[in-house]
Amino acid sequence: MRPQALTTIPAAVYVLAAYAFIYLPVIVLVIFSFQDGRLPVPPFKGVSLRWYQEVFSDSDLMEALINSVMVGVVSAALATVLGFLAAHALARHRMPGAVFFQWLLMAPLSVSYLIIGIGLLITFTATGMPKSLLSVVIGHVVINLPLAFGICYSQLGGHQVSAERAARDLGAREWQVLALISVPMMWPAIAAAFFLSFTLSWDEFIVAWLVTRFDVTLPVEIWSLLRSGLDPTTNAVGTVVFAISMALVIVMELFVFRRKARA
Amino acid sequence: MNRRGLAGWFLLAPAFLWLAAFFVVPFAVMALYSVWRREGTQLVREASLANYEAFLSKSYFLDALFNSLEITAVTVVLSVLFAYPLAYILAFLVPRRWQRLGLVLAILPFWTSYLVRSYSWLLVLSENGVISQTLVTLGLLSETMSFANSNGATILGFVHFFTMLLALTIYANLVQISPNYRRAAEDLGASRLQSFIHVVLPLSLPGVMIGAFITFVLAIGDYITPQILGGNRELVMPQAILLQVQRRADFPMASAMSLVLMLVVSAVFLASARWLKMDRV
Repeated sequence: MRPQALTTIPAAVYVLAAYAFIYLPVIVLVIFSFQDGRLPVPPFKGVSLRWYQEVFSDSDLMEALINSVMVGVVSAALATVLGFLAAHALARHRMPGAVFFQWLLMAPLSVSYLIIGIGLLITFTATGMPKSLLSVVIGHVVINLPLAFGICYSQLGGHQVSAERAARDLGAREWQVLALISVPMMWPAIAAAFFLSFTLSWDEFIVAWLVTRFDVTLPVEIWSLLRSGLDPTTNAVGTVVFAISMALVIVMELFVFRRKARA
Repeated sequence: MNRRGLAGWFLLAPAFLWLAAFFVVPFAVMALYSVWRREGTQLVREASLANYEAFLSKSYFLDALFNSLEITAVTVVLSVLFAYPLAYILAFLVPRRWQRLGLVLAILPFWTSYLVRSYSWLLVLSENGVISQTLVTLGLLSETMSFANSNGATILGFVHFFTMLLALTIYANLVQISPNYRRAAEDLGASRLQSFIHVVLPLSLPGVMIGAFITFVLAIGDYITPQILGGNRELVMPQAILLQVQRRADFPMASAMSLVLMLVVSAVFLASARWLKMDRV
């Protein structure tokens, strides 16, 4: 046996220090969202829920939250459908230029959100399209399409091919094969693509900020809160957003990735 | 063309058209705008390289680019140095059944809102913040001071975020290295350190390089962290670009700067391409 303690103790200290570093800002955020005072910094003056009350009675914030959910659901659904169909085309059909299309579908991943956003802003302005939530949906589909495509494409393995061929031999039309065979067999990948897209859309700020004006998403609304400096209301919103993101991650972990692992 | 071939095009068309309209066209528009220029409030639709010349001749723009490169380089190096030991410990020293939990815990805050995470660091670093007050209480500082609004604060915010990302990519790479290699090295008399330096480290470099490259791309294109934590004293490229868009409404200059930033990222990609062997991760 090796002298275990020599490696175990420094390793444990390192891991604990790393976790402390990783969790420090989150813990400070959550603790001071309950601050009974005007400043979300030490000393902690006692527990109060008034900032949460403020958040839930703030109609701008609540509207932005609903907008964010809508933009997230619509853009994630669009990205997933488009990504799945494209993945099916490139995995199952002989397409000339397949390499080019694959490259194009992944290309937005290599461009920063800021540049995608500025490109859309300039194009929309030049064509006279007004700033709106629809523009955010358009941008978020561009951002999420590569991920949805990549996830579906990597999971369109050989094991569904024979089921699809059998259906075709039995007289199913192309759309029937897709809807009745491929989609049900691909369900875990489709769900993963949808939840990941929703999570990224939910958190996306820069594109949403550039292409909206009056109706905004939650991150854009939080950005305008940040201008007022340190404020326990921002802590409370942040904690709520954190809780929602955690719930999404747990749902993904329990239902999507577990099922995929079993399949 | 047979029926199935046609079906393929129908399936591909929506995604292709979407990206053509909202990704390729905006790029073409940006490229076009970048050779136009704005004079006063007028858009001058004449091809010239005036914006690029301005970029290369004014220290205001070049400083932003070099500041971006410096912050990003420091971020990449520090994040790898912090994340590697964490990933190594999780992969090799933590019992197998606890590894997944350990990893999930290490990257959980990765999923919190990016904006809110930067704001949270402000709570820690600002003048009345946790660090300043703790240091005063301990007697290490005579009066409170702010650690925010500096390049250091930006780097800290970045390192926090990317340590989590890199711990994930490096861990994924480490667990794929067959334990037989290490066993073989140790059977042949290598110490643990030697087997790490000569066996594990070289085999894990692809994961490190991929993670480092993703970190580079995301950090150099980020506006949020430098704006919230770094303040406005020393701008990075995304801040300088957005100033052109928002304060001056100079779309041509902003387009030219965006393309320069993309060119820099592409150059770094090409320079590191031979280490970025995607298939080995």
